[in-house]
Amino acid sequence: MNEITAAGNEPASEPAPVPPRFIVATAHSDFYWRSGVDDILRIQRCGKCGRWIHPPGPVCPYCHSRRLGPEPVVGTGTVATFTVNRKEWIPGFMPPYVFALVALDEDPAIRLGANIIGCEPEEVEIGMRVEVLFEKNGEWYVPLFQPEGRA
Amino acid sequence: MPEPLERQAIISGAAQSDIARRLHRSGIDLTVEAALRAIDDAGLTVADIDGISTYPGWGGSFGGASGAELHEALRFSLNWRDGAAETSGQLGAVHKAALAIAAGLARHVLVFRTVVEGSGGALRAGGGSGGGGGMAGGAGPFQFLIPYGAVSAANWIACYARRHMHEYGTTREQLGAIAVNARANAAANPKAIYTDPMTIDDYLAVRMVSDPLCLYDCDVPCDGSTAVVVSHRGYGPDTPAGAVGVNAIGTAIRGRPSWDQFDDLTTMAMRDSAASMWDRTELTAADVDTAQLYDGFSWLTLAWLEALGFCSRGESGPFVEGGANIASVGRLPLNTWGGQLSGGRLHGFGFLHEAVMQLRGTAQLPVAGCEVAVVGAGGGPETGCMLLTRGLS
Repeated sequence: MNEITAAGNEPASEPAPVPPRFIVATAHSDFYWRSGVDDILRIQRCGKCGRWIHPPGPVCPYCHSRRLGPEPVVGTGTVATFTVNRKEWIPGFMPPYVFALVALDEDPAIRLGANIIGCEPEEVEIGMRVEVLFEKNGEWYVPLFQPEGRA
Repeated sequence: MPEPLERQAIISGAAQSDIARRLHRSGIDLTVEAALRAIDDAGLTVADIDGISTYPGWGGSFGGASGAELHEALRFSLNWRDGAAETSGQLGAVHKAALAIAAGLARHVLVFRTVVEGSGGALRAGGGSGGGGGMAGGAGPFQFLIPYGAVSAANWIACYARRHMHEYGTTREQLGAIAVNARANAAANPKAIYTDPMTIDDYLAVRMVSDPLCLYDCDVPCDGSTAVVVSHRGYGPDTPAGAVGVNAIGTAIRGRPSWDQFDDLTTMAMRDSAASMWDRTELTAADVDTAQLYDGFSWLTLAWLEALGFCSRGESGPFVEGGANIASVGRLPLNTWGGQLSGGRLHGFGFLHEAVMQLRGTAQLPVAGCEVAVVGAGGGPETGCMLLTRGLS
């Protein structure tokens, strides 16, 4: 018989399984998938004109400066649109799940693709306020979003 | 306005291979069948063809065959060949053929698109169905979609459909009118994949794929090849089946080339390609007798109807609701071959083939007095359209 442990003091259980995400980091996007190591979301920003850029690239599309770097953002935004996916396209990535485009507070023209977790799919709606959290997935910290204030 | 160069071109021949859910034949086998039929339809021989144009060329999605394979199979002697996916959607292959003819690079160009998706020729590990499932892994334009399980065009387009519903009040019943209309028309098409009658209640009862898109909002993979011969207008009087004029092509992509960062989540690049087409012609939407508009997913057809100006922005739902306006005997007969939803995912070229048949008066569901047809193909950042006329433009 296993040793009985006090409530709230269970041995660490296996971490919840995470879905296969097929992340391929590039020279430009690598920071995005690692940013969550300190629980902070970062977006590429132009060092000259200050505009936010996403997806990250080699040049500022507004002023053509090449002085770019990741900078912290608050990590909050609004659901611009979403779908509730019901089909298992990838073995192990189990439906239903919500895929949303989240308009970033710092620049709502930037939309971050993400899953919305922490609520039922039926609760998600356009205009919903959400905040970032991170899923450790192999070497990556995958930005996800949950309803604001639920943490 | 100087006469647009594409008016130097006509469509002199059009044909299809056998089409079915699964044929278990190679892409090049189907392509040769369609090509030889189209060349014969144009009153030409293999020796007359001096150009080949295809979409998407080597390595493209949905299997098929490349221009080089067809070149080799029939041993053409060519003055010009092109096949590429970075163009004005699937119809880009036709656009380029018309311009090559206007430039004097070729006189008779065989243009084709072949798919063997039904037999699974294009399915790859980790790939979804449609769009970018098999493309570019995680580093391409889908790098912020695939990691979140949004691997199918169904997911991406569902996001636009949802936003359209949110802003304009578009309903599932209205989306369903596209699918029901397609099924009704497919009954007259002997090559259509799905011909059993479908009601709006059938549509509303079927399972969801990517909410708000259900199974009947998604087109059906199939095997088949469509080929057309694009010729110089000087050949027009000699065409046995009658020339179809190329009046104008639409190629613009003014927004960001992205499924997730486009500036407006209620339309796509057809907003731009349609606008650029109308800039090249004196004809207007009111002159169009039939519209053959991409329905890889039903919502795309709504977006095309708005982009081309058949209704105002946001009004496509009410325009198609109930199906009367878009029926084969309606104000704007739409997708009279059954579309990709019921006719099969021939990747844009099924619409082109049907437009040619309508303008010749040989379609299965002929539109009375059809003089002008519009074809729009593609979605997301990859769209193109063209205006065709009975006789020279």
